[in-house]
Amino acid sequence: MLSLNELWFILVAVLFIGFFFLEGFDFGVGMSTGILAKNDSQRRVLINSIGPFWDGNEVWLLTAGGAIFAAFPNWYATMFSGYYTPLVVLLLALIARGVAFEFRGKVEHGGWKKTWDICIFLGSLLPPFLLGVVFAGFMKGLPIDGQMEMKAGLFDMVNLYTLLGGITVTLVCLIHGLVFTTLRTEGELRERARKLAKTLLYPLAVLLVVFAVMTYYQTNVFEAHGAVLSVLAVLGLVAFLLSGYFMTKGKDGWAFGMTGAVIALAIGAVFVGLFPNVMISSIDQAFNLTIDNAASGHYSLKVMSIVAISLLPFVLGYQIWSYFVFHKRVHEKQHLEY
Amino acid sequence: MDTLLLARIQYAATTIFHFFFVPLSIGLVFLIAIMETMYVVKGKEQYKKMAKFWGKLFLINFAVGVVTGILQEFQFGMNWSDYSRFVGDVFGAPLAIEALLAFFLESTFIGLWIFGWDRLSKKVHLLCIWLVVVGTTLSALWILAANSFMQHPVGFTVNNGRAEMNDFFALLSNGQLWVEFPHTVLGALATGGFLVCGVSAYKLLKKQDIQFFKKSFQIAVVIALIASFLTAIFGHSQAQYLIGTQPMKMAASEGQWGKSGDPAGWTVIASIDPDTKQNKYELKIPYLLSFLAYSKFSGEVKGINELNDEYIKTYGPGDYIPPVRTTFWSFRIMVAAGCLMIVLAAYGTYLAARKKLERNNKWFNRFMLWAIALPVIANTSGWIMTEMGRQPWTVFGLMTTADSVSPSVTAGQVLFSLIAFCTAYTVLGAILVYLFVRTIKKGPNALDKTDNKSSDPFGKEGYHAVS
Repeated sequence: MLSLNELWFILVAVLFIGFFFLEGFDFGVGMSTGILAKNDSQRRVLINSIGPFWDGNEVWLLTAGGAIFAAFPNWYATMFSGYYTPLVVLLLALIARGVAFEFRGKVEHGGWKKTWDICIFLGSLLPPFLLGVVFAGFMKGLPIDGQMEMKAGLFDMVNLYTLLGGITVTLVCLIHGLVFTTLRTEGELRERARKLAKTLLYPLAVLLVVFAVMTYYQTNVFEAHGAVLSVLAVLGLVAFLLSGYFMTKGKDGWAFGMTGAVIALAIGAVFVGLFPNVMISSIDQAFNLTIDNAASGHYSLKVMSIVAISLLPFVLGYQIWSYFVFHKRVHEKQHLEY
Repeated sequence: MDTLLLARIQYAATTIFHFFFVPLSIGLVFLIAIMETMYVVKGKEQYKKMAKFWGKLFLINFAVGVVTGILQEFQFGMNWSDYSRFVGDVFGAPLAIEALLAFFLESTFIGLWIFGWDRLSKKVHLLCIWLVVVGTTLSALWILAANSFMQHPVGFTVNNGRAEMNDFFALLSNGQLWVEFPHTVLGALATGGFLVCGVSAYKLLKKQDIQFFKKSFQIAVVIALIASFLTAIFGHSQAQYLIGTQPMKMAASEGQWGKSGDPAGWTVIASIDPDTKQNKYELKIPYLLSFLAYSKFSGEVKGINELNDEYIKTYGPGDYIPPVRTTFWSFRIMVAAGCLMIVLAAYGTYLAARKKLERNNKWFNRFMLWAIALPVIANTSGWIMTEMGRQPWTVFGLMTTADSVSPSVTAGQVLFSLIAFCTAYTVLGAILVYLFVRTIKKGPNALDKTDNKSSDPFGKEGYHAVS
């Protein structure tokens, strides 16, 4: 029988998978405004394609944070105080990005728009990168002492392995966003998005393989969960190849599902690899934060389980409905400023 | 400077800034929902225009509120990790539920509202804005449930060196919550009301879009009057609740060092000297404190010195006196602003009822423009009183602020983030004011121009769009 601690570990994983799947594509579209769009109205089309959704997608991150706070307070405390500086940068990026969507169209002035465009680009590039670095760090291990305090220097947080994690997550989000663009736009923009997505699959393939090999040699995650992780890796490979196939065939919906599956499997693999730990200590295995020593009490977890399980269907329901309402493609000749 | 002090400054600065926008969002979205309801019921385009115009201001404000709110959630773990470890079991639950129940609701339906004018039926579109109202209110409820636990901890036991929840319903039925929640939310409605009144008064003064702003003023001033009045009523019950649960906060906000005597007089103003622990001079209204505390003209209120001795007996040696001057004056500023709001809203309602709004009210209209600041001042000083008055505790009687701070974070890191966030927030604040002024100056009719972006059906791109 699943323990409540295990259930909450799974729920946190689901929230992060949901976050990377959903906000993953709007981060990607945000990056595309700086890479793919050739002029202002194309940028506006890209922004409008995620306009109704990005805020709701970001709440997945806030909910994941809230869930960690409530279900695993020690994990929340160690991670948030330990990763202090990267989180400051993450927050600044999310702040700049969030207001940029709202402020950008309010004043007709070149410099004004350019400033907010930079905010949207960097605000969409930095968060997946930083979160990739943080997640890779979870697997590699961090200097966590017997009091559960993480005292990490720059190179504990930023090294070849975690950097690779950051770049991989960023690139996969970009591709996911480009495929989303093929679903929500039309004409030239759509074609260029498709082409760029296909081109970027090659470097992504290299990154994924190198990252998997490094994970095998640099972390202990395969020791306990080698079998499951291998299955996930094979599924990931299949999803990856299928995403390329569907892109070539012009089946954008299926391609989007497959790039989403690559993200879901990758994030899922991180959590499978960690289990039953939530953070690994590089000082001593005895100092690992686990789903038991980092968790809230039984009563608290029970109450939250009831609340979460009764609310999640509604949340999923109206979020799916909102995607249905805005399923039509965005194009340059429609009303774009709100 | 040490980590604790910097973390406290950061918490105060970021929370106060965040709370400039939250009440305005709650208040404005409620007014917009009412306007759109009138549009759907009466079918007049003017109400739709009103929902859209005030909606512009709401969205600018909402964006800043949302992005500064993310930091609020992260900050507990970043700067106050020992606090998070100690209370996460109890305090984390309302925060997680807030995200799940309220944030998803408001963020999804605000997206549908902004982009759904042409895609949803009138009624479904109206439902969206009301769901945003529900979302913002639920958000306030859960965050205040968490805050009420800090003021008056209930529903927990201390186990293995941390607070563990043992009664979820006690958290929700916390007496503190049910005086704090209505007081805060009604204050928020008044904030929204005063913004709409102030802007409308300014436009009436300028004689622009008179019908539009007269109607806006009428709707908002009624809300402002009811909300300000009820805020005061719940403020009074909150004060009475404090006498029982946090008498030190009440004594500090009254500047009451020694025994009050029976009946107790209410101190209007005083020169407080925390060093000698007495007031150099004070002006008192007899009987009033007894009445405020117990709703009768007798009864004694405990003083700071007496309470400090009691706390030393209960919690061990230490200084349990909050910053008395700040608590005392923030309380008075809040009450004064609140009273002024009631008077202004009542006079405004009188003018609206007598249909005298557009005539000869130069001074009143000018005053209403400046009165936009009154609820903001009241909200801010109210929170300063609540949070400062609880010091030296983060969770009253359980954990001190000094014990709450992150042990692994250095002063340098906090200083860096403090500077970074304060810079970002200053820029945001300036841009917000700039955009507000711009939107207000343009007025409601500027919308029509952007709404119908003309496209030439015979042009190359126009043809493309049709085909």
